[in-house]
Amino acid sequence: MDRRSFLQLGGAVGASALFAPKLAFAQAATDRRFLFIIQRGAADGLSIVAPTGDPAFAATRGELAQPLASGIKLDSTFTLHPALVETGRMFAARQAAFVTAVASPYRDRSHFDGQNVLETGGSLPYRLSDGWMNRLVKTMAADPRAIAFSPTVPAALRGSARVSSFAPSGLPAPAQDLMMRVGELYAADHQLGPLWNAALEARHEAGSLTDVKGAGAAGMLAAKMMAGPGGSRIGMIETDGWDTHSAQNARLNNQLKNLDALLAAYRDGLGADWGSTLVIVATEFGRTARINGTNGTDHGTGSAALLMGGALAGGRVYGDWPGLAPAALYENRDVRPTTDLDALIATVLAQHYRQDGTRLGATLFPETSPKPLTARMIA
Amino acid sequence: MADLSFAENRFGMGARGDGRGGGNDPRGWVEAQIGAVPQPAADLPSRAGVVQAILDYRQERRELKSEGLLGPAKVMPASMATGADIMSSLPAGSQPAAPGPAQMDAARPKQPEALKAARSEEREIYLRLVGARTDAALNSNSPFMERMAHFWANHFAVSAQGEKNLGFAGLLEFEAIRPNLDKRFADMVLAVEQHPAMLFYLDQAGSIGPNSQVGGRVGRNGKTRGLNENLAREILELHTLGVRSGYTQADVTEFARALTGWSVAGLNPNQRFLQGPPGSFVFAEAFHEPGARTIMGKTYPEDGEAQTLAVLEDVSVHPATAHHIATKLARHFAADNPPPAMVARIEKAFLKSRGDLPTVYRALIASPEAWSPENRKFRTPWDWTVASLRAVSTDQVKPEMVVSLLQQLGQPVWRPGSPAGYDDIAASWAAPDALVRRVEAAQRIAQANTGIDARALAPHILGASLTPATATAISRAESPQTGLALMLVSPEFLRR
Repeated sequence: MDRRSFLQLGGAVGASALFAPKLAFAQAATDRRFLFIIQRGAADGLSIVAPTGDPAFAATRGELAQPLASGIKLDSTFTLHPALVETGRMFAARQAAFVTAVASPYRDRSHFDGQNVLETGGSLPYRLSDGWMNRLVKTMAADPRAIAFSPTVPAALRGSARVSSFAPSGLPAPAQDLMMRVGELYAADHQLGPLWNAALEARHEAGSLTDVKGAGAAGMLAAKMMAGPGGSRIGMIETDGWDTHSAQNARLNNQLKNLDALLAAYRDGLGADWGSTLVIVATEFGRTARINGTNGTDHGTGSAALLMGGALAGGRVYGDWPGLAPAALYENRDVRPTTDLDALIATVLAQHYRQDGTRLGATLFPETSPKPLTARMIA
Repeated sequence: MADLSFAENRFGMGARGDGRGGGNDPRGWVEAQIGAVPQPAADLPSRAGVVQAILDYRQERRELKSEGLLGPAKVMPASMATGADIMSSLPAGSQPAAPGPAQMDAARPKQPEALKAARSEEREIYLRLVGARTDAALNSNSPFMERMAHFWANHFAVSAQGEKNLGFAGLLEFEAIRPNLDKRFADMVLAVEQHPAMLFYLDQAGSIGPNSQVGGRVGRNGKTRGLNENLAREILELHTLGVRSGYTQADVTEFARALTGWSVAGLNPNQRFLQGPPGSFVFAEAFHEPGARTIMGKTYPEDGEAQTLAVLEDVSVHPATAHHIATKLARHFAADNPPPAMVARIEKAFLKSRGDLPTVYRALIASPEAWSPENRKFRTPWDWTVASLRAVSTDQVKPEMVVSLLQQLGQPVWRPGSPAGYDDIAASWAAPDALVRRVEAAQRIAQANTGIDARALAPHILGASLTPATATAISRAESPQTGLALMLVSPEFLRR
């Protein structure tokens, strides 16, 4: 018996929780999709959206500048990394925009603290216990159905609003009787009961997509579970491997190829829904401007954020580029941040979901209440 | 009052179904284990064996390249490679299928078969070490010390990935952690930081002082060589002082300079500066940044190797380190939000004894918070798997099965996603999909262990924490296997 037929049967014998969310699907208040992709490990924005027009670029970056010679020209200052082929096409079609010299409020260089600030939306690590994406869910009139494409829920989505998680499993599916009895056993458990219900729904939605592999497949899976009237409206994908302390050129090329494949698969998989979709790709902080002693970079501050989607008024590189001259660097080593990542997220989401920017900023980032940016980023 | 099964679950690796272990003095049972550091199994892979496997792999690569069967050598650094290639020749069905967290390796070029075969030597070593770890966890007479070995291995996390660390990562636990479980914390720190697994994982092996004999020069490949601050940062942030404890970026860079010269013999470029048995720690004077270093206000005038040893000793007994370690121990044994009184008690013991680990363990065991049945920890996948296998009285399992199961449950053995190791809080493990996977795994374990009556077993395994609801659910199950699986995923078994 496959999972889908089990779930139908499970519902028939009285697991009413399985049916309740079905009603919610129909009531989703918005048709607009939002996918957040986190780059864990501090992605090097200087190699992704590279300021090749900056007079100090070549000398500062050394051999890290080389791949950009064959990159995709964005404007007179910036070049996109050549591995981001599909992303470059989206830019040309005004479905992608990039923001340079961007940073969260975090100013130290610990991955784990930096990710905590990025995901909780606090001003300092561990000040907030829930995440800004969970708070975003709570601003929506009807349950927009939020899901993490991983077995566990990342910090950005944790909180009191109901969220789900799903990733294909290689284990044999449990017997229907066991699943039903476990549901009964968890019903009275405040922690396990809601988790169990959310898991059953997600597996129901995923259907037969149980053996996908690799980056492109992750994009396909996300698209499948977010497409159509019943699809989730809010999703999150975690990517890791961005901590390029050594041999950066080869490693970043591989990382970016995969990110590009993921984004393209997501776009293609969404079909018509791509037109009402926004994707934000962000990382916890940037890397040093100068190359280190092992052909990589160490932990830095300012990085780049990527915006994509058919909802976007793209084709632009945003940001106030501070320059790479030694005096322009933050602490004489990192890109000086000039755009607040929290403000960027609040602004673009407020435009996407037609909410008030100031109020959404205060809700998502209660400690900093970022002032909305003036740029019109959503079509 | 806490019963023995409580102590076995909270401080050990879970109660065994066949009743091995035991006694009726729970606290005495835990304390008595402190001196009993288990001897590793005799047939553990050796460091020389790991080195040989790496060299064989390189040899195979060279031959294929000279035959024109391989593109230019592109050695993946340890912190980059992901699990998929490592596991690619495990039995069918055991390969990681999940894309989340998205392992960004789909576009990696395919490896020729001959190279895959050369890789199997290292994979074999990894599997043997996973087997040794599991064997100890299932059968040890000192499960509290097993728990500590796992705790410290996660504290000093490295990842079994890439050309070098697929073999070395597990050895770190057996060579640097386990022999120091009852020594000073500083002894463990030194053994860990000088281990090849750590030196490779955090990019230390190739870090070179800009003003050293070798620094600043341009190597054969046309690249300059210099400093990498990764290990220095993580020692301060993760291994000793803890993040936000007062050190600055300048301290990190100074410490990175002090660390230059720490490398591994036999596996790096620049061999002539790295004398010693292959795979051994080596201090390469020619890489070391000359001069005194000032770190957190203290100047270290020593030259050469003694300089870093002095810094490491200082940070290992620092008050911030005592607080950091006490917090992590209290979190591991009592609650996700560590009880302040318990942290203070352990911290004091650490400071007073200058990090004597048995003294620290005794303070931890003496903390009432660690014995509170209200404080329940949600078991990590590793804890839950071991406890499940012990509950069904398993003595031995195939390492391939353990590797595959832990991969599916989200905590692959010695392969955390970052040097911070695996999280030790419920929010990281209690999640919708993760929960269904435990049910799937429980079913698999139950089907492989017929003839067990969970109605009789549950009171023994769960003691006073067994709830009437779970006991009833087990007794009403449609088959003994379903009953056993229900016990393994019951709310009280998922927590310890």
